[in-house]
Amino acid sequence: MVQPDAPPLKTALYDLHVAQGGRMVDFSGYELPVQFEGIVAEHMHTRTLASLFDVSHMGQMTVTGPDFKATSSALETLLPGNLKNLKPGSMRYTVLLNANGGIEDDLIVTRPAVGQAPDGVMFIVVNAARKSHDLAIFKAALGDLLEFELHQDKALLALQGPVAGAVLAKLGDAPHKLTFMQTMPARIEGMDCQISRCGYTGEDGFEISLSNAEATRMAEMLYADERVKPAGLGARDSLRLEAGLCLYGHDMDDTIDPVSADLLFAIGKQRRTDGGFVGAPRVLEIIKNGPQKRRVGILFEGRMPVREGAEIIDEGGAKIGQVTSGTFAPSLKAPIAMAYVPAEIATPGTKIKALVRGREVVGTITKMPFVRQNYARQPGI
Amino acid sequence: MTKTLFSKDHEYARLEGDSATIGISDYAQEQLGDIVFVELPAVGTSFKKGDEIAVVESVKAASEIYAPLDCTVTKVNEALNDDPGKVNSDAMGEGWLIKVSLSADADTAHLMDETAYAAHIA
Repeated sequence: MVQPDAPPLKTALYDLHVAQGGRMVDFSGYELPVQFEGIVAEHMHTRTLASLFDVSHMGQMTVTGPDFKATSSALETLLPGNLKNLKPGSMRYTVLLNANGGIEDDLIVTRPAVGQAPDGVMFIVVNAARKSHDLAIFKAALGDLLEFELHQDKALLALQGPVAGAVLAKLGDAPHKLTFMQTMPARIEGMDCQISRCGYTGEDGFEISLSNAEATRMAEMLYADERVKPAGLGARDSLRLEAGLCLYGHDMDDTIDPVSADLLFAIGKQRRTDGGFVGAPRVLEIIKNGPQKRRVGILFEGRMPVREGAEIIDEGGAKIGQVTSGTFAPSLKAPIAMAYVPAEIATPGTKIKALVRGREVVGTITKMPFVRQNYARQPGI
Repeated sequence: MTKTLFSKDHEYARLEGDSATIGISDYAQEQLGDIVFVELPAVGTSFKKGDEIAVVESVKAASEIYAPLDCTVTKVNEALNDDPGKVNSDAMGEGWLIKVSLSADADTAHLMDETAYAAHIA
């Protein structure tokens, strides 16, 4: 557990970030680059070529049980995603819920590829700030059945952008084997790693998990392709917002259920009626009756950013909702936000007003993603 | 004869007789990063030194800009409405924020000249 006043931790790529001119900030207990060349430049570079992000602060866990059926069944008692039908080498986004249906974290569960790990092993990647919190929940609920290990010795590099596949294909065959949300083990220049086709930018991309000791060499190999530039947390945030992707602790938290958060897809289809997971009674009730408020995307007029905390108001000026993330979208050159609004108005096309420093700004509820997602639906580059 | 003075908070005031041009320093724009929006005050508004005169927003955050000295707004840089990036590209020139009139006894003792400011940000 990271103590509030403990000095921030450094990832394996820290020295490389500093050498590349990264402006380092404390984020979730880690010293990470918020930007290099500039957020807008890094954002646009990711949308046009490829950027490398250090996401080593994320929690990488290994779960071990007797066999796949036992491990996936046990995890399903805690996680509402359909895990038992995961194919080898595939990944699923889901949420960890509390008894009230509130979201304790959002995470990705992976079933290893054939031959990658013993049959009862699965991988989970969780948010940096929730690592020890999640581990405690997993161990308390399932510690008798499964072993949970949080890796401290692994780095995670995210190569994101339309040419990410072409860049990585020069080092190995993963781009020709994987589609979006698939994973495989690989050996690149003698470095053992796990390559997953996923990301947090809305672009095609890959996350490469490998030992801390080899992370810098891997990053340097990727930077050897001049189309790859470093990008920081600032661009990561503006990219994920344009892609309509939630940020834990902002767009959802332990008081918000996945239906209100518009994350129904994180709950397996059959499980929406069968339940059988922590928080299910409440979540099934909300599915049945509909949520009171809902997370929506809003595109605002003008240029003034409408940020987290801004109030959504009705015609009479009364508060009816709140912005949970907002920025000036570099690709759209317009302010965009995510907000919770009453479910009855949460329809694309509805005009709403937000209050920024006492000024009213007009916006339109807009279907997310704000920009087209560019995921690889078939293997290839 | 003009003289450029700086506040500790990285605003500048370029003084010309009883008027001045106010903006943020090149160091400040560099720290803020890509500026995407500037909120400027109404012409005719009077400020005491330290009052909030403008808000400069980057992709990442909104930053308040304070009056470096007592002043009354005579003109605002309308060009920033369409091109706030001028503050990044030319903070001390075309990226100025407001022009103001000063009272005859405007106090500038708390402000730094270029040499002192260079030492302040070093």
